[in-house]
Amino acid sequence: MVPFAGYAMPVQYPAGILTEHLHVRSQAGLFDVSHMGQAELVGEGAAAALERVTPADVQALKPGRQRYGLLMTPTGGIFDDFMVANLGDRLFLVVNASRKHEDFALIEQGLPAGVRLNRLPDRALLALQGPGAAAALGPVAPALTALTFMGITAAEVAGVPILASRSGYTGEDGWEISAPAEQAEALAKALLALPGVMPAGLGARDSLRLEAGLCLYGSDIDETTSPVEAALVWSIGKRRRMAWDFPGAERVREELANGAARVRVGLKPEGRQPARGHTAIHAPGGGAIGEITSGGFGPSLGGPMAMGYVARDHATDGTALDLMVRGKPLAARVAPMPFVPHRYAR
Amino acid sequence: MSEMKYTQDHEWVRAEGDAATIGITDHAQTALGDVVFVDLPEVGREVTAGEAIAVVESVKAASDVYAPIAGRIVEVNAALVDDPGLINREPTGEGWFFRIEASEPAAIAALMDEAGYAAFVESQS
Repeated sequence: MVPFAGYAMPVQYPAGILTEHLHVRSQAGLFDVSHMGQAELVGEGAAAALERVTPADVQALKPGRQRYGLLMTPTGGIFDDFMVANLGDRLFLVVNASRKHEDFALIEQGLPAGVRLNRLPDRALLALQGPGAAAALGPVAPALTALTFMGITAAEVAGVPILASRSGYTGEDGWEISAPAEQAEALAKALLALPGVMPAGLGARDSLRLEAGLCLYGSDIDETTSPVEAALVWSIGKRRRMAWDFPGAERVREELANGAARVRVGLKPEGRQPARGHTAIHAPGGGAIGEITSGGFGPSLGGPMAMGYVARDHATDGTALDLMVRGKPLAARVAPMPFVPHRYAR
Repeated sequence: MSEMKYTQDHEWVRAEGDAATIGITDHAQTALGDVVFVDLPEVGREVTAGEAIAVVESVKAASDVYAPIAGRIVEVNAALVDDPGLINREPTGEGWFFRIEASEPAAIAALMDEAGYAAFVESQS
């Protein structure tokens, strides 16, 4: 167990990171991600109110659907990334643990009369992820297996009232399941009793999301990185890109027109040696052109992988680069992400 | 085979003939988790006691491995390059790292014995 954002978090269970990771890719793993911030935005005009702080198209989000979005700083940096779902009568939000207090304060600031943010600190969040999750869950929760990727519904599992979306942070099919905290343990036990399900910790979660090319807030994106640099422009609604009516729109518009100076790319080191976050990236035999933001060993990839920011001239797939690991250049190439293909239930 | 000695950096040292075989302890491999890469020193390199001379990378993090004694590297375990998992499976056997010809053989005797190391690990937990 390690402290993280005020929570005691399991990095790994007795099986270990490698086994947990591979099990999620072959069968299914259950993650406790209750540290994530949950809230709902209620009232007439909630979607428009949320669009004041995000460039996501929230108003076009249909009931029963969820989408990924960014909260923005006024100067075009990323304040946080989050999930927003339309539950019909309200919006449901999931934000990062380390940012939840700041995020909720940002969203609440200047909300119109009639719209209010309800923080949900008494709700736990479990993630059941893996290609075997649907077969395990189907018999006990057919309403969940009826969802497609990014669908969301209220249901009951093992007698516990839940809210589940078909989404996750591993690149695999799966669900993120919100439940009342006092019933979370019973729910977790019921899910762990399903065939093929093993507990998985933060360590496996990190190697799985990196193989899937997904950003970790605070490492790969932060208040200095823009959506264009981070290659997250797809999360900006088309309508929003016509109206440019979101915080930081000026920077995004300028970078889309002229190109960003640096961009987030995938990197594959040659051989087996991993390069970790904060490793300097050099042009071969030359000077610094960027930095790794996340890096490690991909158990399913069977080799090392990283993501980071490089100067635009060095961002094309296949470009040779040196990663300066402990003072020595480690040869690497820019590589497309995800490193391991996504397998969502679209 | 002589008695196994230990360091506070969680290395084990076993004098065999005119050199000492060195690896990391079972406690260390458990704490590291699954090892995926090892960077070993060059044979012939002269090392000082406490110098970081090897790196072990697990799925969690990178850690230095230190020379427990001063001397010259006379052999490294090439099997670890292709199968770093040996360190997890047999930390005090086939998972050894390198052999050092001690410049001061008495330095080995001065290291902790098994009971001393067990007490040290206990005091750190």
